Amino acid sequence: MHDAILIHDLEFRWPGAARPTLSIPSWRVRQGERVFLYGPSGSGKTTLLNVLAGIQTPDKGVVQVLGSALGSMSARARDRFRGRYIGYIFQQFNLVPYLTVAENIALARHFGAPDPSVWRPSAEQFQKETRALLARLGLSEELLSRQAMRLSVGQQQRVAVARALINRPRLIIADEPSSALDSDARDDFLALLLECAAVHDSAVVFVSHDRGMARHFETQVALASVNGAAGGP
Amino acid sequence: MLLKVALASLLNRRLIVALTVLLIAISTLVLLGVEHLRQEARNSFNKTVSGTDLIVGARTGQINLLLYSVFHIGNASNNISWQSYEQISARPGIAWTVPISLGDSHRGYRVVGTSEAFFTRFLYGNQQALSFEQGQAFSTLHEAVVGAELASALGYTEGQQIILSHGLGNVSFSNHEDQPFTIVGVLAPTGTPVDRSVLVSLESLEAIHANWPGSGALGASAPQPAPALTPQSITAFLVGLESRLATFAVQRQINEYRQEPLLAILPGVALSELWTMTGALEQVLTLIALMVLLSSLLGMSIMLLSTLAQRQREIAVMRAMGAHASFVFLLVEIEALLIAAVGTVLGVASLFLALNVGADWLSARYGLFLELNVFNGATLRYAGLIVGCAVLLAMLPAIAAYRRSLAGALAGR
Repeated sequence: MHDAILIHDLEFRWPGAARPTLSIPSWRVRQGERVFLYGPSGSGKTTLLNVLAGIQTPDKGVVQVLGSALGSMSARARDRFRGRYIGYIFQQFNLVPYLTVAENIALARHFGAPDPSVWRPSAEQFQKETRALLARLGLSEELLSRQAMRLSVGQQQRVAVARALINRPRLIIADEPSSALDSDARDDFLALLLECAAVHDSAVVFVSHDRGMARHFETQVALASVNGAAGGP
Repeated sequence: MLLKVALASLLNRRLIVALTVLLIAISTLVLLGVEHLRQEARNSFNKTVSGTDLIVGARTGQINLLLYSVFHIGNASNNISWQSYEQISARPGIAWTVPISLGDSHRGYRVVGTSEAFFTRFLYGNQQALSFEQGQAFSTLHEAVVGAELASALGYTEGQQIILSHGLGNVSFSNHEDQPFTIVGVLAPTGTPVDRSVLVSLESLEAIHANWPGSGALGASAPQPAPALTPQSITAFLVGLESRLATFAVQRQINEYRQEPLLAILPGVALSELWTMTGALEQVLTLIALMVLLSSLLGMSIMLLSTLAQRQREIAVMRAMGAHASFVFLLVEIEALLIAAVGTVLGVASLFLALNVGADWLSARYGLFLELNVFNGATLRYAGLIVGCAVLLAMLPAIAAYRRSLAGALAGR
């Protein structure tokens, strides 16, 4: 089985920057592994996630996600790959605000239509999947027809999980998704996220500067320990 | 899916979108309105006289003669003598003549003194003759035929009596009250100034003016008891030739007529001279209309561009979901397309409405008979142009959105 993430000799430099933001000789995440990646602000966490998602392309090195080298794909193929296999959750504002919850989830489905050779769900199955996800996340079905901007922040983040998981991604990337929540809600949210990820044995890379959450994860990694460029400006 | 997202996005910004749609609707209205009026003014004028080879009147500008004799715009500066009329009518090569005598009115509508030949010789549109909705042509004194529009505006039918007034204008204090006219015929609509005219015989006009203090008292010492009802003068006359080939020869002969300075014009030539005169103005109007359109479309582009900053987050979300940057490009373009399409449709609809409301006023005031149906090929072409330009100008914000979404990192903050 392939690793969820395999990085070799990665170097990434923002255009015009004197020094690279990322310089990672080697890093891997196994299938289904849950990784807590921590580091201070500005240490390149978000940049690394963008590279993993195929939004940014490294200047050097190999990035393999689920066995596929992102560097060998076209930009369009990377976008399709991201939609299909990666569930990406932001700190906040995870939904298109003027679309309803149902439309947001449908949009994720539209962009990340699953690989038909792996899973060919019907519209009904998708409906069922959506409802099951909402139920698991403790969201009532009435929310489906509500505009995303009319939800509370806590509700939005839970819908974001549903949106990120609807295509049964094998890798979930979460960029401080709980930092907008208060501390009680934070633990609940994390528990829900991990529970949902476990259903299809998805790998999770969870990034935060708050080490208090680390105990929920089997692997804890300081970005500085893998990123040779960390600590630089 | 793209369309659904675009619609939801526009609805979400409904106020600014509505204003932009209004902007485009107004500029569509201006552009199409100018073009339609221009086209219809020409059509309306061009279809008024057909089958008449020459119009003869007192010497003046040819446009002036055309406007006052047929279109009832402005007034004749001079009349021509009955004698000249009779002499020219008798010339070889001339098939028919129809005299026209203007100067009186009925409740603001022009009274046209003419002969019965008018009803057979005056052709309009595509060589159509006048037809009667009720009754028939006048045959004796104090009989009148009224145009369709006048009849419906004043509620006149066959058999009613009307009083003519001396001079023009809505309110005249000198009415020919002693000699009422009986309506013997109502014409079918023609879309020409005839619709707004009262037609009577020259003899009738002579009869009411014979006893008229203004003319009679000064000329003779007492009103003539039974005046010979031959007019002294007429305003103009229409001429039909036996052979159209002789048109220019006859025109020259009339222009060189010794006894009186006369002018003979070819209606088509006079009209094209008129269009040459108005052409420059029309082009300026069209140019202004196009500028209004361009600025409204630029306004739309600015609106789309300025909202991009606020949309950075939703674009990041779509990118995270797996959208390619081209989706964002298309989203902006489709939004522009929808705004422009709705704006254009609204503009055309309001033009249609405005024409229907303003048609009476335009025909009453300027003698313009407009085609009220604006849904023709030209409108379609202009609508296409507007939407096409909108899509083209929306490239600006669309490309900006495309580039930002390609370069922008997924930082959901």
